[in-house]
Amino acid sequence: MSKETKKKVDCITMESTQAMIDAAMEIYPDKAKKKRAPHLAPNAGEGACVKSNRKTVPGIMSARGCAYAGAKGVVWGPIRDMVHVSHGPVGCGWYSWGTRRNLVTGVNGVSQFAMQFTSDFQEKDIVYGGDKKLRTLLEEAHELFPLAKGISVLSECPVGLIGDDINSVAKTASKDLDIPVIPCNCEGFRGVSQSLGHHISNDTIRDHIIGTREFREPASPYDIALIGDYNIGGDVWSVKPLLEEIGLNVKAVWTGDGELEKIAATHTVKLNLIHCYRSMNYMCRVMEEKYGIPWVEFNFFGPTKIRESLRKIAEYFDDYIKERVEAVIAKYDPIMQAVIDEYRPRLEGKTVMLYVGGLRPRHTVNAYADLGMTVVGSGYEFAHGDDYERTSPEMPEATVIYDDASEHELEQFVNELRPDLVGSGIKEKYLFQKMGIPFRQMHSWDYSGPYHAYNGFPIFARDIDMAVNSPTWKLVNAPF
Amino acid sequence: MTAEAAVKYVTEIPEEEVSRVSEWINSEEYKEKNFARQALVINPAHACQPLGAELAAHGFEGTLPFVHGSQGCASYYRSTFNRHFREPAPAVSDSMTEDGAVFGGQNNLHEGLENAYTIYKPKMMAIFTSCMPEVIGDDLTAFIKNARNKGIVPQDYPLPYANTPSFNGSHVHGYDAMLLSILQTLTEGKKIEGRCTGKLNLIAGFDANTGNYREYKRILKEIGIPYTLLADISESFDSPLDGTYRAYPGGTPLEDAADSINGKVTLTVAPYASAKTFNWIKDNFSGKHISMPTPFGVEKTDQLLMTLAKEFGKPIPESLKAERGRAVDAMTDAHQYIHGKKFALYGDPDYLIGYVTFLLEMGARPYHILCSKGTKKLEKELQALLDGSPYGAGCKIYINKDLWHMRSLLMTDPVDAVIGDTHGKFMARDAKVPLFRFGFPIFDRVNLHRMPLIGYQGAINMLTTICNKFIDIRDETCDDRNFEMMR
Repeated sequence: MSKETKKKVDCITMESTQAMIDAAMEIYPDKAKKKRAPHLAPNAGEGACVKSNRKTVPGIMSARGCAYAGAKGVVWGPIRDMVHVSHGPVGCGWYSWGTRRNLVTGVNGVSQFAMQFTSDFQEKDIVYGGDKKLRTLLEEAHELFPLAKGISVLSECPVGLIGDDINSVAKTASKDLDIPVIPCNCEGFRGVSQSLGHHISNDTIRDHIIGTREFREPASPYDIALIGDYNIGGDVWSVKPLLEEIGLNVKAVWTGDGELEKIAATHTVKLNLIHCYRSMNYMCRVMEEKYGIPWVEFNFFGPTKIRESLRKIAEYFDDYIKERVEAVIAKYDPIMQAVIDEYRPRLEGKTVMLYVGGLRPRHTVNAYADLGMTVVGSGYEFAHGDDYERTSPEMPEATVIYDDASEHELEQFVNELRPDLVGSGIKEKYLFQKMGIPFRQMHSWDYSGPYHAYNGFPIFARDIDMAVNSPTWKLVNAPF
Repeated sequence: MTAEAAVKYVTEIPEEEVSRVSEWINSEEYKEKNFARQALVINPAHACQPLGAELAAHGFEGTLPFVHGSQGCASYYRSTFNRHFREPAPAVSDSMTEDGAVFGGQNNLHEGLENAYTIYKPKMMAIFTSCMPEVIGDDLTAFIKNARNKGIVPQDYPLPYANTPSFNGSHVHGYDAMLLSILQTLTEGKKIEGRCTGKLNLIAGFDANTGNYREYKRILKEIGIPYTLLADISESFDSPLDGTYRAYPGGTPLEDAADSINGKVTLTVAPYASAKTFNWIKDNFSGKHISMPTPFGVEKTDQLLMTLAKEFGKPIPESLKAERGRAVDAMTDAHQYIHGKKFALYGDPDYLIGYVTFLLEMGARPYHILCSKGTKKLEKELQALLDGSPYGAGCKIYINKDLWHMRSLLMTDPVDAVIGDTHGKFMARDAKVPLFRFGFPIFDRVNLHRMPLIGYQGAINMLTTICNKFIDIRDETCDDRNFEMMR
């Protein structure tokens, strides 16, 4: 909302949204109502209008995951050249095996390890501890996967409860095997959501990885790192070429299709470009304090934001980059306009509700606007106050903002607002489709993608059009 | 060492190294190292107990699965079912966190029960545990009693609960534990001396194929046998899209489940997935108790029909006789495309026995058979099947091995195809053979969970899928001069 005045949506007022929230909460027991009320609010236009990062209310059907999910699924899992061990019982690693779409380059089991490694805890491991087993399996992993650059040990709930010392096992094994072995105490019961898992993982990168390698080639003033892009559906493979096209050297990616040693050498770059602020701002701050590396948030969803972000990035560099940025914008503008010309007539005036994680509840708002669509409700599974501060200005006035929404709340809001599209996760998808409401998964791009950058927008536009305008929706109501 | 020498540079893995290791992992030498693993499990073909418990819970009318433990667990189970069935899977957790580890999970459980009961209005909540309460030793019996005494739920409200530690057994055992508790809860005090419902109680086991459930029901209807299908997920996970979301679209009616204790016959067609439940049923349910293998293939379907006909004194109807004939017709028509072909199989015990039975019936070879969570009993039963057929000769069984072991087998001792679930797609691709997704979960193909595999129709379905794929491969890979009109 840079130039125009604050967007408004017909029929949505502070009062109407508050009334909708109150109605949704009517059914709640008093205690739950008291706990949930501060997490739901009409958009006041500035500041964080909802409370966030609090414990989930038991029994409300939250979509949230856990710290382990944040560590395995988000931060560590996408690093392709490491073995990531789900340390504990068999389930956690099995559920998170290949289910986030963080695509990787390489040969499976040889140079990339997008597999399920687990210590498969049994009763005896709970009783006697799993440290010995861990030591043995680290040796086995090293022997069977000699090209793995390192091993992460991601703790599941029991490990922290039975008092195992994975840190000491990892330390000794790292020395003996001569590869980094990273202990990550990301037990699922820690914290209130995935978010703590991100933070804990960032801390382990800080403590064990960053600064342990250097790039062999001489540094250039255009060296940057791409932070917080997890290569969902190949997003990194769309973003990286664009950054290269404007003249930057992408020295490392955190952590989509990531390589451990490049991540370890990131302390030598000139600027960190951060996409998912929520999951990785911690490390950006560390690198800023420790190595003096500035960082900048950017948004590569939809041509308007891409343009804005490219110019923002160019501000950190000389005229050479600035000129290339303008040339790149001039090159892609007409291509993007053609995409808009094709899809916008079919999507103009349609409404969307979002409920996702990370950055998407705010970053994608303008991509929908590029297609003529309005986001009439948005919220996050695991955001903090600073995420909501960043969200308010993006959203139209008085639209509903929800934090850690329960399935009941979402259902009520969607029933009331009847959007033309809901963008959320797999757990929500079929609920809304049964209601006859078009849906796209916005964590996984619904098995499509990439959606980032100029290569992603045409795919995003096509997918949104096909969801909203699929002729199958016309068949929902039987004629008899 | 100088400071400069201590600098470690970013290194790239040389292409030759990648090629060398790529070949090495396909070798006999690697296979030996791989099979020597003691601690590391790679690509297991089983999940943890609570997942199975949730499936059982979804199979009952108005039932909300309730995870006592960390909230991430519930999200993982739900999303697994969402992806496999492409359907909603409503379930809650009581979101235990650090303070639960210190004080126990009673407060979470009580608050969770109160909220879920009020908001989602279930007729029953089926409680099962994930790791945390199991490790700290929460006393569910006491917690639930306290919940009733505090008035959180009515005294007579059904709250079955199962201890389903993830560090023991697999999803199959969790299914069994939850089903047992649900039946114990619902049938309590319902046994009436002398009463017989005249019905069959059928247990299908951890079967995530809604088509199978519909097929069982169709067969029973054809014969004219009144039934209660216990843990019936067919509507729960295959509900119509008509513009209305229903949280509980199906499931075994609770009244029927309660009355099942007075049934005429209780039949499990999943001995491995319902072992504990069946044992308890034998001691507690009226009528006859029969355990049979899952009816994959013609002979096991024959046995099922004959048993049903005998127990209920009904003739096998002409329609099913004709169906059998059509299945046999389809099998003889297609046998030449599958006879002698080698298969690698993995999955849950009841399904594995089914695959082996079907393949042997077709003259195919169940060459590598792998169960990543199995028992000696399973091994013996599989071996007996192999020993009973000339096509079982030279076939091997691998119990408590994983899919990385199986990859070594595929590379050193190749097969023509793999039967399993989506997780096998990487090794099948490496081995350049097709993967038939008959198991659970299926994340990467549509509508397969609606295609029945059991019964005569199931045999036709499996056969059609397998044989046409082999013919496709022949068409795609043969020389131009051998590319011909007929196959």
